[in-house]
Amino acid sequence: MQAIAVPVETLPSHIDGVSAAQIDAFGRDMDALRRRVVADLGERDARYLRDVVALQARAEVAGRVLLWLPLLPPMWIGGVALLSLAKILENMEIGHNVMHGQYDFLNDPAFDGATYEWDNTCPARQWRHSHNLVHHAWTNVVGRDRDVGYGALRVTEEQRWHPRYLAQPLIAVGLALLFQWGVALHDVEIDRVARGEKPVRRALADLSEVWAKARTQLLKDYVLFPALSGPLFPLTLLGNAAANLARNVWSFAVIFCGHFPDGVRTFTEEQVRDETRAQWYVRQLLGSADFQGSPLLHLLSGNLSHQIEHHLFPDLPAHRYAEIAVEVRAACARHDLPYNTGSFGWQLATVARKIVRFAFPSSARPALATA
Amino acid sequence: MFTVSPVVEASLRRVLASRVVTALASPRPVDHYLGALHPLWRVDEVRATVLGLRSETADMVTVALAPNAAWRGFQAGQHVQLGVAVDGVRRIRCYSPTNAPRDGDRRVDLTVKRHPGGVVSGFVHERLRAGAVVTLSQAAGDFVLPAIPPPHVLLVSGGSGITPVMSMLRTLLDGGHAGRVDLVHFARRRADVPFARELAQRAAEHAAFHLHVVLTGEPGASLTGRCEPALLDAAVPAWRDAEAWVCGPPGLIAAVQAARGDARCRRALHVERFVLPPAPAGAPGGVVEFAASGRRVASDGRTLLVQAEAAGLAPASGCRIGICQTCRCRKLRGTVRDVVTGALSTEPDVPIRACVSVPVGDVAVAL
Repeated sequence: MQAIAVPVETLPSHIDGVSAAQIDAFGRDMDALRRRVVADLGERDARYLRDVVALQARAEVAGRVLLWLPLLPPMWIGGVALLSLAKILENMEIGHNVMHGQYDFLNDPAFDGATYEWDNTCPARQWRHSHNLVHHAWTNVVGRDRDVGYGALRVTEEQRWHPRYLAQPLIAVGLALLFQWGVALHDVEIDRVARGEKPVRRALADLSEVWAKARTQLLKDYVLFPALSGPLFPLTLLGNAAANLARNVWSFAVIFCGHFPDGVRTFTEEQVRDETRAQWYVRQLLGSADFQGSPLLHLLSGNLSHQIEHHLFPDLPAHRYAEIAVEVRAACARHDLPYNTGSFGWQLATVARKIVRFAFPSSARPALATA
Repeated sequence: MFTVSPVVEASLRRVLASRVVTALASPRPVDHYLGALHPLWRVDEVRATVLGLRSETADMVTVALAPNAAWRGFQAGQHVQLGVAVDGVRRIRCYSPTNAPRDGDRRVDLTVKRHPGGVVSGFVHERLRAGAVVTLSQAAGDFVLPAIPPPHVLLVSGGSGITPVMSMLRTLLDGGHAGRVDLVHFARRRADVPFARELAQRAAEHAAFHLHVVLTGEPGASLTGRCEPALLDAAVPAWRDAEAWVCGPPGLIAAVQAARGDARCRRALHVERFVLPPAPAGAPGGVVEFAASGRRVASDGRTLLVQAEAAGLAPASGCRIGICQTCRCRKLRGTVRDVVTGALSTEPDVPIRACVSVPVGDVAVAL
């Protein structure tokens, strides 16, 4: 692991351990940074989005054509690679970021955050609720942010241990393979229905919306495109399944590296009551982790490799996070705040270790009660 | 762009718009893929290439456009929404085509007057070049000629209000209209009159077309002054019996309406207004209109979300600090200030976040 100003674990356990002066100074810097970026938005962002969409759409068309008549093995492999690339780009660098409203300023109805629909079994409307609101406003607040363990995994000591967590390494592997289905069912909140916190009627309405979306996805990838291939339909069907699988595993890995590596903090509802904007910034900083890599890795991750910057500025175009990160790191160094980053492999390894470690009861300290 | 026969083009568009192709592309629209292959290829969206620009006066330029096959054509006098990307940001403005629509020819000419400080008109005059791609809405508006034009057509225009009227005039004269046509155009100076040479030439060629240019800023001109019955009497003695089409500033329209009303004209008077966006007010106050629910309230200076809730509406909202976008809605007109960044939004028909937007003057939002 490289270049961390202060290991997060050395901070006092409450966010108040970071001094009010540090929080205010960091908040002022972030507000100023945001204003500078917003003032600079324009043609460059429009061109970037256009280029990524052109790459994604061409990769998808080429991939679909190769998988239509995969007469030779390299054609099938190439088709799967291109379709995987297209689905990854569409879900992450385009869909996720557009649905955050990052490109709303372009006033282009095709990339309007409130109406964009992505190539995923999860309906965009439910994603905007579970992700943009529940996760981004309540980032890492145990009991409120449903992305803390996704209602299935124990990733912090502040979640009470239960014997069912013994199976979580297996559950995590299953979630990676079927990630888009996990995302699709996320906002149905089956665990909250089981606890009686969400009416069954509302969950059923959400579920039928998921089914309406998932049905069109299944129809496209597993019926219509294979049907066009005639006798080669099994190859097309397998190729489409392989591309969906590749996208699932990749997006699982990227997203788990955003909030679960070592050193990422979680918070209690008590800590975020009457939170100021500056305190919100500091929580985003402490609750997220970056990973480093090549420009290609950043593109394929939808720039969620810059998870800290994404959480500080979720509605700024993600292709600018690399530049923004330089200033965020400098601000962290100035104000003696930690900045959690490392190589992709290292961050992923600490996530894996954490999933295994928290499958078992914590030894020394008693678990903190959650509200 | 290469040309294909209209029949091939039409069947290709039918296939691309079919349910099967839509299902194959879903959940993205087919245009997502077509647009990535060629900037003009769209099933639904009208996009047009700029063929060229021609200067009409010192502050008016005509942009010749070739729309794609999604364009359904226009009638003389209608208007379209032109969309251009200025520094990446799509801006929409309304213009009336000035050419005569022709069967089998999709060409559209828009004549754009430059406004001081105008973002779109400034862009069109300074930066738009042949080969650029713009967006168009389908044509709309009922300021049009009837299928069989009346025996005497009176066209009255002021300033850039000549644009829809020019299309009507060209349509009438090119179509061999047998009746009489009068055009009374108001301009400040002779140099401000667009299409001046063409108008003079057509007046010389067509015995039934009579051109009357009123110069309000040149006292020595043969016709000068305001649009009053005496002036109309001098220019078009039979103006009371003509069916009239008027487009121009509010004062001109009101004057024609008053003159026609006093004269108890029985022939129809058709009116087209170009409403300019109001200038942003300097202070809070003003009226907030929640257009979707038909409520209007006096602004108390708080955010639009809070004011909507205070007015008894229940708009969707989430974090209420400008992060989650749940409260995003369209601002139809007026100016709002973003309380986080201090930025002013003056554009009509753009998305805003109600939770961090406070009105500056009169505002209408789709809530």
